Amino acid sequence: MSVIFGNFIEELPPSTEFLLLGFSPSSLPIKQRWRNNGLSADFLADYMTTFFPSESASKHADIKNTVSYIANELLENAMKYSDESLKKPISLGLHLFDDKFIFIASNPIAQRAVPAFQACIKEILESDPYELYLQRIEANSESDTPAHSGLGYLTMINDYHALLGWKFEEMEDDPAIAQVSTMVQVSL
Amino acid sequence: MSNLAVAEVKGEDYRVWYDSATNTINCEGSLRLGGAEEYAPIVQILESAIAHPPIDLVMDLTQLEFLNSSGINMLSKFMIKARQKEGVKITVKGSQTIPWQGKSLKNLQRLMPTLVLEIT
Repeated sequence: MSVIFGNFIEELPPSTEFLLLGFSPSSLPIKQRWRNNGLSADFLADYMTTFFPSESASKHADIKNTVSYIANELLENAMKYSDESLKKPISLGLHLFDDKFIFIASNPIAQRAVPAFQACIKEILESDPYELYLQRIEANSESDTPAHSGLGYLTMINDYHALLGWKFEEMEDDPAIAQVSTMVQVSL
Repeated sequence: MSNLAVAEVKGEDYRVWYDSATNTINCEGSLRLGGAEEYAPIVQILESAIAHPPIDLVMDLTQLEFLNSSGINMLSKFMIKARQKEGVKITVKGSQTIPWQGKSLKNLQRLMPTLVLEIT
C-alpha cells in the first residue's frame, strides 16, 4: 500500500539522461558520509551542465547551483532521517527532461516516525510556503529547530520554485519500516 | 564582555571570521554543516559581534559559494536577534555570480527590514 502527497509522478516518462546514486548502509559513521553529500551534489551539478553546451556561463552557474542545492538538501534529509539500523539503501536519482529536472530521493524510515513527517508535509502543502517559512523561523529563533521543521523543503519551494511530492510505501518484509520517496521538480 | 579581537571558525572547505577593525564578518567557501549544533560556533561569532551596540556590522558573503538550508536558517535566526537589539545595523554583501545569493538573501530583509543588501 502506498500514500502520496503533493506532486508525485508515479510512472516517470523515460528521460534521455539520468544518474542514480546509491548509498548502502555500512559501518561508516554519518559524519564521514556527510562529506559525501556535498561531493555527490556537486558531481551531479557539474555533470548535468554538460547537456547545456550552448547556454551562457551565467545559465550554467544557475543550473549548477540549483542542482547542487536541491541534491544536497535531499541527501542531507535522507541521511538524517533514515534509520541506520534498518539496513536498507538510500538512493538519489536525477532525471533530465526537455523542460525540467526531476530528483527522486528514497530512504527507509521507521513507521513510528511517519506520522510526524506526514504532518510536516501536510502543513507545507496546505499553507502559503513563504508565510510558513517566516513563521517557522520566528517561532524557532530562541530554540533549536525541531526535526521535520520542513525549512529545507520550504527554501526549495520559495527560492527555487520547486514542486514537491512524497510517496510512502509499506515494506512487505518488515512492517516496522516505511520507504519514503521525495520527488522534486524544477523547471529549466 | 567580548574579548574576541579576531574570531575564526575553519573547516575543510569553509572559513568564517570576524575582523573587529572593520566590523566585518567574512564567510568563505562552502558551508554545509549538519544542523544547528554544528553551526553553534559560527553563531557564537555572529552574536558576539553584536554584543555591544551600537555597531554597523558588515557581513561579507561574496566568497561564500554554497550555503545549505541549515546555514540559511542560522542567518535568518541571527537577523531576528539583531533586529531585537537597539543600535545594530547590518549590511549584507553578496555576489551576482553566486546564484543562491540572489535567490535566498532577499528573505533576510523580511526578517530584518532595516537590513541593507548589496549584491554586486
